Amino acid sequence: MMAKTPLEGMEPLSLGKATLSELDLGRLTSIAPYRGQEAALSDALKEAHGMLAPAPNRATGKEGARAIWFGQGLILLAGPAPDETLARHAALTDQSDAWAVVRLEGDAAADVLARLVPIDLRPYVFKRGHTARTELQHMMASVTKLGETTFQIMVFRAFARTLHHDLQGAMERVAARARP
Amino acid sequence: MRIAGEGLINRRRRIPFTFDGRAYEGVEGDTLASALLANDIRLIGRSFKYHRPRGVLTAGSEEPNALVTAGEGEGQEPNQRATMLELSDGLIARSQNRWPTLDLDLLALNDLAAPFLGAGFYYKTFMWPPAFWERLYEPMIRRAAGLGALSGRANADRYEKAWAHCDLLVIGAGPAGLMAALTAARAGADVILADEDTRPGGRLNAETIEVDGVPGHVWAAEVARELEAMENVRLMTRTTVTGAYDQGTFGALERLSPGTAAKPGAPRECFWRIVARRAVLAAGALERPIAFRNNDRPGIMTAGAVRAYVNRWCVSPGHSVAVFGNNDDAHRTAADLLDAGVHISALIDARHDATTALDVPFYSGAQVCDATGRRGLEAISVATASGIERIQTEALAVSGGWNPTLHLTCHMNGRPEWRSDIAAFVPREEAVPGLAAAGACRGDFSTRACLEGGARAAGAALEALSFKVPQVDIPGAEDSAYDISPLWAVPGKGRAWLDFQNDVTVKDVKQAATENFRSVEHMKRYTTQGMATDQGKNSNIVALAVLADATGRGIPETGTTTYRPPYSPVSIAALGAGGQGKGFAPERLTTSHAASVERGAPMIEAGLWYRPSYFPKPGETHWRQSCDREVCMVRESVGIADVSTLGKIDIQGPDAGAFLDFVYTNMFSTLKVGRVRYGLMLREDGYVMDDGTSARLGEHHYLMTTTTAAAGQVMRHLEFVHQCLRPELDVRFVSVTEQWAQFAVAGPKSRELLNGILDASIDAEGWPFMSCGAVAINGIGARLFRISFSGEHGYEIAVPARYGDALFRELVARAEALGGGPYGMEALNVLRVEKGFITHAEIHGRTTAFDIGMDRMISARKDCIGKAAAARPGLVEETREQLVGLKPVGAVKLLVAGAHLFAEGAAPVRENDQGYITSVAFSPSFGHYLGLGFLSNGRARHGERVVMVDHLKGVKTLCEVQDPVQVDREGGRTRD
Repeated sequence: MMAKTPLEGMEPLSLGKATLSELDLGRLTSIAPYRGQEAALSDALKEAHGMLAPAPNRATGKEGARAIWFGQGLILLAGPAPDETLARHAALTDQSDAWAVVRLEGDAAADVLARLVPIDLRPYVFKRGHTARTELQHMMASVTKLGETTFQIMVFRAFARTLHHDLQGAMERVAARARP
Repeated sequence: MRIAGEGLINRRRRIPFTFDGRAYEGVEGDTLASALLANDIRLIGRSFKYHRPRGVLTAGSEEPNALVTAGEGEGQEPNQRATMLELSDGLIARSQNRWPTLDLDLLALNDLAAPFLGAGFYYKTFMWPPAFWERLYEPMIRRAAGLGALSGRANADRYEKAWAHCDLLVIGAGPAGLMAALTAARAGADVILADEDTRPGGRLNAETIEVDGVPGHVWAAEVARELEAMENVRLMTRTTVTGAYDQGTFGALERLSPGTAAKPGAPRECFWRIVARRAVLAAGALERPIAFRNNDRPGIMTAGAVRAYVNRWCVSPGHSVAVFGNNDDAHRTAADLLDAGVHISALIDARHDATTALDVPFYSGAQVCDATGRRGLEAISVATASGIERIQTEALAVSGGWNPTLHLTCHMNGRPEWRSDIAAFVPREEAVPGLAAAGACRGDFSTRACLEGGARAAGAALEALSFKVPQVDIPGAEDSAYDISPLWAVPGKGRAWLDFQNDVTVKDVKQAATENFRSVEHMKRYTTQGMATDQGKNSNIVALAVLADATGRGIPETGTTTYRPPYSPVSIAALGAGGQGKGFAPERLTTSHAASVERGAPMIEAGLWYRPSYFPKPGETHWRQSCDREVCMVRESVGIADVSTLGKIDIQGPDAGAFLDFVYTNMFSTLKVGRVRYGLMLREDGYVMDDGTSARLGEHHYLMTTTTAAAGQVMRHLEFVHQCLRPELDVRFVSVTEQWAQFAVAGPKSRELLNGILDASIDAEGWPFMSCGAVAINGIGARLFRISFSGEHGYEIAVPARYGDALFRELVARAEALGGGPYGMEALNVLRVEKGFITHAEIHGRTTAFDIGMDRMISARKDCIGKAAAARPGLVEETREQLVGLKPVGAVKLLVAGAHLFAEGAAPVRENDQGYITSVAFSPSFGHYLGLGFLSNGRARHGERVVMVDHLKGVKTLCEVQDPVQVDREGGRTRD
C-alpha cells in the first residue's frame, strides 16, 4: 500500500518573503504522564532521547528529536520511536498520522501568522523553543517557533487542505502589501 | 476653488476622477472633498429625510453630509465620506439619496412638507392600520429616506483581519500622539501609533502653527520619520481605532492606500485586533457648529475645516468667506484666510467683548441668524445690536467650540465629566483600564499643552510598565488660552439644524422635551438625533445642550447618550474577513475523499466532515437508485464505507476500566481483552448523551468510539469527569480520530474479502462477533473489529491514516470483484433503520435510556454518570414516548421525519399529540418506507395503527406500530 502525506503533492510555496512547505517529523507519539510520574518521565526522556520534558508552552530537544508541550498533561515526542522505558511512566499513543505539519519561514512569516493566529508573536515574546496550542483561523493548532523566522504549524490531518488554503491566502495578502 | 500656496499637495501630479458621471481633476494629496471644492462643486449630497441640498461640513471622519458611493460594480461602497476618500486615479464617485439627479431631486418635496415631518412624525402617523406598516409605510419610507446602497451582488474583493500586540498603543498622531509615541519609542517600548489620516500630524497638517520653530506639519513629518526608522514602532496610518474592549484589546480598521489595495491579492481593508498593555488616547477634538436658521446650506462649514482646506489643500470654499464663532478660532480662521488671499466678507464674534486687529468687516456680540442660497450659500443675515444685516458671501466658517474626542474612553460604560470652563465634556481617568487621554481629547487645547500631555501620558505608561522614562525635550509651540462663551443655537424662527445627517433640528429636540421625552436617551430615540452613520459626532453635545435648556436642567445633569463602538463605520466585509467562500468553515476531509469524489459521490457535511452521500453508477439518475442498489449490495454481497469520522479515543492507565464503568451505563472493567462492547453514555441529568463501541486492546488499554457528531462533546465530557469528578483515577486519554483511517467492510462476503487482503486469514472461531485485535496488511499493522452497524456480518478495519487512500481503493476494488462496492451515508442510514439502530436523530438530547428501550443497560452493580437522575419517576413512566418502528399501511406510502403521531380518528392537533418520527428510510428489503419514532407507551402498542401527520408538507399517512428491529431480529446474520 502506498503511503500518502497529509499534503501529498504540495510543492513548497514561496510568496513574498514567506515560504510554506510540508514537514515530515517522523514518528509522533503523544505522551501523557501518569499520576505523580512527571519527574520520572522527564528523567526517562532525558535518558532515552536527550531532552527533558517541556514546561507548558515550551519545546525541548532539537531538530530530529523534539518534545513539544501539547496541552494539559500532554507532550508530543516528534522524531524518534519512543523508548519503551517511557511507557512505565506515561500513556504512549502513536500519532504519526494524525497531524498535518507545515513549516512557515521567512521575514514575513510572523506577519502571515498574525493574520490567522491571535497569540503575541513578537520575537522577544514568542522565542525559539516556545510553543502554543492556539487557534489558526477556525482550527485548533499547535504552533512552535523553530528559529528566528521559522514556525512549525500542526493541525489535524483532515484539515490539511484548509490549512494550506488559509496560509496561502494570508501569504498572498501580506506579499501584496509589501513595498516594492 | 484652488488658491495659491504650497499646502501638502503635489500640484504637478494631476489625478482624474468622476463625480456623478462628470470628469474632473484633482492633485496628489487631495481627498475627494478637497478636489470637489477645488472644482467649485459645493452641492455634494441630499439630506436623509428632507432631501435638502448639502455640501461638505468638515474635513475629517465626522463628516455628516458629503457621503458618496465610491466605485462601481460588485464592490461599490456606499456612504463613503468624501472627506476621508483619498483621491486616486480614475476614482468613480456618485452622490446618493437623490432622484433623478443631485441638482433636480424630486423628493425634495419632502422639504416643503417639513411642518408635518417633525420629530415623532412616523410614530404618530403610520400607526394605523397596523398591517400597513410592514407592507406599505415602511417600504415607502425606506425608498424616500436613505443613504447609499450596496450592489446586492457578491463581491470578490479581499478583506482581512489581523492581530497586533504592543506595549503602548497611541491612538491619534497629532502633537500629543506623536510626543507620546516618541517618548515611549525612545524608551524601547513596543509602540503602535495609529491615525486615521493618510499622514501623521493631526491638526498640525491643517494649521499654520509652528512647532520647534518650523511649521507644525514639518515637525510632524520629522518625528514620523524618526519613528518609522525604529524597529520597535509600527506607524499605522489610514487606521481608525474603532473600539476599546476588555483586557487592553482595541479594534482598528485599516484602509489600505488605493495603490496597495489595487495590487493583485491585496486586501482593501484590514480589521485589526490590537492587544496593548497600555494605551494613550490622543484623538484630538471635534469642532461643533452653531445652530441657526438654514445653517445647513452648502458652503457653511466648520471653521477648522475651512482652515484645513485653505492651509493643507490650498482650496477656498468660496470667493468670499464669512467667519462666525464664539471663540478665538474664528479669528485664527480669518487670519489664515487673509494670509491665503481669500476675501473675508465678515468676521462675526458672538462674544460682546471681542476685538480684532484684522482688517476685515468685524461684528462683535453679533450672531448669524439665517442663510440663503438653496444649492449654495449666497448670503447670511447677521443679528447685531442695531438690527439685522444681510451680507453676501459664498461660504461661512463656523466655530461653536471643540468637543474632546473622548468616545473610546466611554466604550466600557464610562461617562464623561462636564468642564464648564471649556464648555465641553472631558473623559474620566481610568474609564477604560490602562488607557489615558492626552492632548485635546482631555481638554488641553493649546499645542504646547498637547505636546506636554502626550509626553506625560507616555511617561506614566512607561513607568507602569517598568520602562525607564527617557528625557524628551518638549518643543516650543503656541500656548494660548482657550476663551469660549457657550453658544449652542441662535434663537429665532425657522429650522436650525443640529444633526445634519438625520435632519434633526432645534425645534425637534424642543418638541421631544415638550412631549416629555426629557431623558437624553429618549430624546435621541424620539428624534433620531445621533443615530446615523456619523453617530452624531457634530451634533450630540449641541443637541443635549438644547435639551438641557428646554428642560430647565444643566448640561451635566442632562448627560450624554451612550458612546458605543465602533467609533466610525466598519464594513461588515472587514469584520467578517476570511469568512468568504471556503473560509466560512474548515473542511475536514477523510483519506478516501479523493477516491470518493473521483467516483462522482456527492458530499454531505457531518459537522466539519465531508462524507459521501452515495456512489452513482452509470445510468443511475436518482439518488434513490444508487442508495437502493448499495443497500442490496451490503445485504447480499459486501460493501465498503469510510467510518473514520467516528470519534476514537485512546484510553490508558491502571484505572481505565473503572473510569469507563463510571462514564458508561454498562460495565467495561469486566470486558475481556480482544473484545468489543456497545456502551451507552448519559449526561448528568440522566438523558442519553452518546453511544458507541469500546474495545479492550490490553489490560490497561481501551479504545472508545463515539458518534461523528458528538466526538468533541464526549472528549470534553471525559475531561470534565476526570478533572472534576474522578481526579483520583489514574487514567489518560487522547483523541486518535485522525490517526486511523477506518473502513466498514459489511455483508455476507466481508470475511471472504478480508481474507484476500490480510496477511493472516481469519475465521469464525478466531474472530467471533464483537472481537477485535491486531492484524497486518502487507506487513503494515492494522486493527480489526468485528462489529456491525448494518445488521450484516461485518468488520471495521483501521490502518494508519497515511494508508487510508490506498486501503480504500483496494477494498473497493476487491468488493467490486465480489459483486459489491462502496456505499455512502444514504445506504448506511437505510441499513441501520432496517436494523433499528439509533443515531443522534433518536438520542437527540431529550430521550432517556428508558425511552430507547435500553434502561436495562444501566448496570445495577455500579454507579455511573446520570444513573440517579435517570431513575427519577418522570423519566421512567410508561406514558413516556418510547422508541418504536413504523410502516405505512394505508393508501399513502410516504413517511416523513419530523411528522407527528396521532391516534386513529383523533384530530391532528397539539392536544392529541402522541409522538413523532425521528428517522425514515425507503427500505429496498421490504419495498416500502420504514420509520423510527417515539410514541407514548409505544413498546406496548406494536400492531396498533396510528396516523402520521406532517402539517408542513401536508402529508397524512396511516401507519402500523412495530418493533424497531425489522431485519434479523435474532441477530443470526451478524453473529454467524
